[in-house]
Amino acid sequence: MYAQMIKSEASNEDPAKLEAFQARIDAGEKIEPRDWMPEGYRKTLIRQIGQHAHSEVVGQLPEGNWITRAPTLERKAILLAKVQDEAGHGLYLYSAAETLGVSRDELIELLHEGKMKYSSIFNYPTLNWADIGAVGWLVDGAAIVNQVALQRTSYGPYSRAMVRICKEESFHARQGYDAIRAMAFGTPAQKRQAQDALDRLWFPALMMFGPSDAESVHSEQSMAWKIKVKSNDELRQQFVDQTIPQIEYLGLDLPDPGITWNEDRGHYDFSEPDWSEFFNVIKGNGPCNVDRMADRKAAWDDGAWVRDGLLAHARKKQAANLAAE
Amino acid sequence: MTRDEALFEFLLRMGDNTLILGHRVSEWCGHSPVLEEDIALANTALDMIGQTQLWLGLAGEVEGKGRSADDLAFRRDAWDFRNVLLCELPNGDFGQTLMRQFLYDAWSLGMLDRLKTSSEARVAEIAEKALKEVTYHLERSGDTVIGLGDGTEESHTRMQKALDYLWPYVGEMFEKDKVDEVMIAAGIAPDPADLRPRYDETVSRVFAEATLTIPDGSYVHKGGRTGRMHTEHLGHLLTSMQWLQRAYPGAAW
Repeated sequence: MYAQMIKSEASNEDPAKLEAFQARIDAGEKIEPRDWMPEGYRKTLIRQIGQHAHSEVVGQLPEGNWITRAPTLERKAILLAKVQDEAGHGLYLYSAAETLGVSRDELIELLHEGKMKYSSIFNYPTLNWADIGAVGWLVDGAAIVNQVALQRTSYGPYSRAMVRICKEESFHARQGYDAIRAMAFGTPAQKRQAQDALDRLWFPALMMFGPSDAESVHSEQSMAWKIKVKSNDELRQQFVDQTIPQIEYLGLDLPDPGITWNEDRGHYDFSEPDWSEFFNVIKGNGPCNVDRMADRKAAWDDGAWVRDGLLAHARKKQAANLAAE
Repeated sequence: MTRDEALFEFLLRMGDNTLILGHRVSEWCGHSPVLEEDIALANTALDMIGQTQLWLGLAGEVEGKGRSADDLAFRRDAWDFRNVLLCELPNGDFGQTLMRQFLYDAWSLGMLDRLKTSSEARVAEIAEKALKEVTYHLERSGDTVIGLGDGTEESHTRMQKALDYLWPYVGEMFEKDKVDEVMIAAGIAPDPADLRPRYDETVSRVFAEATLTIPDGSYVHKGGRTGRMHTEHLGHLLTSMQWLQRAYPGAAW
């Protein structure tokens, strides 16, 4: 779940068509690329899937930050496999977006121009090795909560991409937990790193679900279209409930003094994240926004000659094959 | 030099090549020219780190002093590394990275193909597994060298520059010393020089299609596989790679 604050568009189309479309959604049918769909539905999905794809791609950077310093060959291999999966998720998601009539290059351009976003979480730094465990455990853990729900989303290609992605993400979350467990049960210095990672990443992980639904202006239409399936607050609560027992098992201190079990609700209470921080990160003022975008743009610009070269070669080959026929 | 002493050295050479080159390739994470290349580079690095676990794991076993693959990877200093210099050279641009990969893959394929029939069963077994991966790596690095060599004027110029820089490091892979003599006599590994004709055939074919020219001059930079003299680059690589193990000795990760 790497989509936040997705603006959903109202549609001014033929009411009869809109009604028939809504009936299909309500009946639980999947919408496929060639089916008629309201422009607002198409645009909202492009934003959501595009933002999700960008998040997978930018998400390689905080993890790549530790690939060269992974402490064992096995941890290095696990991390390499994970970032490879994530780049693969980016690829499926760009393909899913392409079925809506937008190219991958167009989406990348929008990202680089600052007209599209990626998840706020990737604007936080990975400062010690435990952060890599915490990213798998908390960040992928939060993503799974959302993506499991999105397997039931109404757009067929997105829903199918989520089914595949969830399987791999669950694996990452378990591996992340295993990495931080080794540290929580390790030397005092390792335990300190694990605690530091949890304390720094807890609230940013909660922010991944987006602001409270009461303040979220775009949720209603997206829920009606089943682009969103559960509310931000429901998903956040589910994540908190599943994660606190894991923190306790690790023997780490809770990252928020407001966490208490609420017998009446049957859920944990917890403190609100600092939403002013969230809005700052979204606006570009997070600790890593500028560096992340600079890295991505540099990769794209420095790679232009490679893309051009390979394309030129493919054209030459095609021309030679045609001439030979 | 006993058979096992020589075998240990030989295994370090195999495992250090894959460790150091795999590490270099992993430095690309998230920075490649196109998403498909990010996936391919991570995949290549992953295969090479996997091969490292096998080669260095066996090296530790043969040495018999209780050192694991991780001990060998993370607790030796530069002079104890036995990779060829080619593997430790910096990534440079994407073209230089892929050219380095191609020059290595072509050697690796020939070597593993011979090691498949090694008299040492444990070596043959690793070679068999690695060969499948390296066959694919060579196909990809060769195709990329062709695509970029025979692409635009700029891509051609960059690839020729990469080849000019890297070519003097190729010869080291075919050098022979006492370790190799013991390996040859024991039927464990081939004479490195025997791998050269097939190698030359592969690279000539690819460079012809890539419209690239092997530079004149026969000077060979060496000193990596014997450990006599690495480049300045290796120390920096080890500094980041080994940092956690060095900073927190005795911790389990």
